[in-house]
Amino acid sequence: MATRTIAAPQPLVEVRAVSHHYGRTSGAGQVLDTVDLTLNTNEVVGLLGRSGSGKSTLLRSIAGLLRPSEGDVRFVPGDDKADPTVAMVFQTFALFPWLTVLQNVELGLEAQRVPAEERRTRALAAIDLIGLDGFENAYPKELSGGMRQRVGLARAIVVNPSLLLMDEPFSALDVLTAETLRTDLLDLWSEGRMPIKSILIVTHNIEEAVLMCDRILVFSSNPGRVAAEIKVDLPQPRDRLDPTFRALVDDIYARMTARPAAPATASKDGLFPGTGIAMVLPRVSTNALAGLIEEVDAQPLDGKASLAELADSLQLEADELFPMAETLQLMRFAEFAGADIQLTALARRYAQADVDGRKALFKQALLAHVPLAQHIRRILDERASHDAPGRRFRDELEDFMSPDYADETLRTVTHWGRYAELFAYDEDGDRFSLDDPA
Amino acid sequence: MTDTTARPLPARSFSRLFRASPPNLADLVTFLLLAAAGVLIVRGLTDVAQPLSRLSVQPVTLDPRELPGYALRTTLRMFAALAASLTFTLVVATLAARSRRAEQIIVPALDILQSVPILGFLTFTVTFFLRLFPGQQLGAECAAVFAIFTSQAWNMAFSFYQSLRSVPSDLQEVCHGFGLSSMRRFLRLELPFAIPGLVWNAMMSMSGGWFFVVASEAITVGNTTVALPGIGSWLASAIARKDPAAVAWAVGAMAVLILLYDQLFFRPIVAWADRYRFEQTASADRPGSWAYDLFRRTRLLPALLAPVFAVGDLLMALDGGPHRRTVARDRAPSRIADGAWKAVLAALVLGSAWLVIDYVGRSLSWSDTGRAVLAALCTLLRVVVLIAVASVIWVPIGVWIGMRPRWAERFQPIAQFLAAFPANVLFPFVVIAIVRWHLSPDIWLSPLIILGTQWYILFNVIAGASVIPTDMREAASMFGVRGLQWWRRVVIPAIFPYYVTGALTASGGSWNASIVAEAVSWGDRHIAAFGLGSYIADATAAGDYPRVACGVAVMSVFVLAFNRLVWRPMYAFAERRLRLA
Repeated sequence: MATRTIAAPQPLVEVRAVSHHYGRTSGAGQVLDTVDLTLNTNEVVGLLGRSGSGKSTLLRSIAGLLRPSEGDVRFVPGDDKADPTVAMVFQTFALFPWLTVLQNVELGLEAQRVPAEERRTRALAAIDLIGLDGFENAYPKELSGGMRQRVGLARAIVVNPSLLLMDEPFSALDVLTAETLRTDLLDLWSEGRMPIKSILIVTHNIEEAVLMCDRILVFSSNPGRVAAEIKVDLPQPRDRLDPTFRALVDDIYARMTARPAAPATASKDGLFPGTGIAMVLPRVSTNALAGLIEEVDAQPLDGKASLAELADSLQLEADELFPMAETLQLMRFAEFAGADIQLTALARRYAQADVDGRKALFKQALLAHVPLAQHIRRILDERASHDAPGRRFRDELEDFMSPDYADETLRTVTHWGRYAELFAYDEDGDRFSLDDPA
Repeated sequence: MTDTTARPLPARSFSRLFRASPPNLADLVTFLLLAAAGVLIVRGLTDVAQPLSRLSVQPVTLDPRELPGYALRTTLRMFAALAASLTFTLVVATLAARSRRAEQIIVPALDILQSVPILGFLTFTVTFFLRLFPGQQLGAECAAVFAIFTSQAWNMAFSFYQSLRSVPSDLQEVCHGFGLSSMRRFLRLELPFAIPGLVWNAMMSMSGGWFFVVASEAITVGNTTVALPGIGSWLASAIARKDPAAVAWAVGAMAVLILLYDQLFFRPIVAWADRYRFEQTASADRPGSWAYDLFRRTRLLPALLAPVFAVGDLLMALDGGPHRRTVARDRAPSRIADGAWKAVLAALVLGSAWLVIDYVGRSLSWSDTGRAVLAALCTLLRVVVLIAVASVIWVPIGVWIGMRPRWAERFQPIAQFLAAFPANVLFPFVVIAIVRWHLSPDIWLSPLIILGTQWYILFNVIAGASVIPTDMREAASMFGVRGLQWWRRVVIPAIFPYYVTGALTASGGSWNASIVAEAVSWGDRHIAAFGLGSYIADATAAGDYPRVACGVAVMSVFVLAFNRLVWRPMYAFAERRLRLA
């Protein structure tokens, strides 16, 4: 089946010491930190990382959609001396709703001023290749998600790019549709029917990366760095149930939950960027945390579970599961052991407790391990009026992080604090206080 | 630009060829309609080229046979203004969206122009245009068209600017990735994306425009009186001759006119613009239009529209091919240039402030300004009371209608029609009543300022009530929520965002209307209510420019302050807390 000729790989794109930050120099806005990467011909490379790890920023730097603050992206001219070209497939499909399938696919050719006749022939050929025959005159809104992404794919390959960039191309699709599309894409690639030389795919789905890629770059977050590079030598088509496949998936889970080799003083806070009240807190609901504890506490898991299997059985993306698991770890409800998560005695007590008991346990954990919650509570205790404007804390956070992160962190701590009945918050007046509306 | 013409897809053009072999009935009907429109336009235009003196030789006569001709002239003015507004919108809003410095001037300017009383400026524009084309009807025509233009352009430009600023970033990235030139990006992405908002705002503008066309056709500034042939002049003449039958004719002609333009012009355009709505799933109910369906079934229309699309194609053919601009590194804009720019702006603002104060101050004393402010407070009271009264009347009715989908479907177009109907055509009837029963003008002229604008409250409330989710209504009725609690907890919060939109539009329109509503006449009887509207109207009739300027300035300040201090906070609150997500 694999008819793609394995020529000696040649470098296609070289990314050298690329750093990027938004807003002021370095500090809070840093998204990429000295990333080096070489893309070769005939390979599918995956960029795997959590949200906020800068993988999309790197992809957009390669696509020429943004210019990194430092460093270079260099295209290596091929045998024909021409610079390699790129085309991109978007997570949101990015189709023009007022253009038909055919017109959408023709868009790139039109911009290149390809004559109408040739444009039509090439577009129809691409539509044919991607399996959209018969839908040429349909508008995107008439198509299902999977078919829309096929249009996005046809639009990208019709301009004969050397490098196909894919930004989480399957994450907006349901499981079944995503699987079909992945398989079809891999078939086209391995049969060499697409004119592209290399594929770079950004994803946060670990199995997807192992399934598709020849090489996976694991990114760490805040700022984004290449934490690990993993070669996948399994033959295509790959089998998810193959023990080697599973082992590789577990290995990557372990790497992604491993604390970065930080100074030994760093506590378990190390997983979230920032320390003390400057810690960026992910938006995780207390309901989800309780659900996760209950799930792992109950039989058959009995307090210990493999993250990969947990993600599978709970139908969660790794990107959704990680923040939940890490929050548990931050509050000492759980610990990571390799690719496994292990509940602490505290969490097992929590699982058995009634509502008030749970709230008490959560309150203790919040006060002990979340510095921002401590801080807000202390300020409220100190003030005679026992209330404080939300603005005050938001400003304080913005000294350490971007306004978006500050907002999200404050929202999270508000949610946790309300659940633990640690403090109250009035949205209309934007005020924190100690009194309960009861 | 789209699939309709220029470059039809092979499959499509073949099927069209076979389906509609010989010209069909639809073709014939469309041809007749278009030919009639062409003849009318040519006739109207030849009249415009006449010298001004002909207006006194052939004054407006109250002969019903002349009425269609007058209606035509009025309509042509409307469409001329619409074309001007569209051009203004495309140029100015695009400039504001593309250039940061232009944005700094244009956006606040549009925001203010949206809320200042346009009728007050009529004095200055009429004088200006009459001097520009001395002795020609064209000057007066331009002044009338400009008055309508000023009532339409600002909100269209504002909506277009906002659309351009909210173009989805992934589509922008596609354009950038494929190296679309700036012109191509505009025609392929930005313009289509902005079309639905632009069409909706153009429709709203046209509704407001009828009011101004009636008010601006027959105008007296000092000792210059111009009466352009049109429904507005017919009305003025009917009032001067105390002819109620002629007023009734004008009302009828206006109704027919608005109905025709709605059915033949705007409904088809709304139905067409629906394809540009940015949505990923096809919505169940799409706006329909019999005229659009008729036009679409013809082969004639694509051929006629071809030139329009050819312009787009030509523009695209002119672009320089793909160019992948290298993106600049994020760089702070030059401080010195910014500082210089701000200094220029500050100088301009101070200069204009000085100009106005100097002009007004030279011939007016503080007591004049005080009188204007007092008059403004009076008008403010009128506006507030009338909005409250209109709300008490129309909110329950709107809710009742909105909750019954079948009634809502029937009433929504009627409410929109009423909003478009120029209320000043109806003024004479109220004046007749006041004169006959010797009523107090200070009270009984007041309802006139809300006569035309109350419908905005009604149709927004209908729209709001009709989208209250069924589950919310079912939950309310299951828990036995009724009476006052039902209003306070269910309906009012649910319709509030819509109500605010309607009331804001109504209040803005009412200030404008006060200029024609607070001072009216019937034959030689002049009736005025004390207020800023009559202050400006009197000053206009007397040709007292400084007092007009003073009145307009005071009114602008009042409207702006009212918007900022009352409507904006309410709107922000509604957006934040009461939007049904």
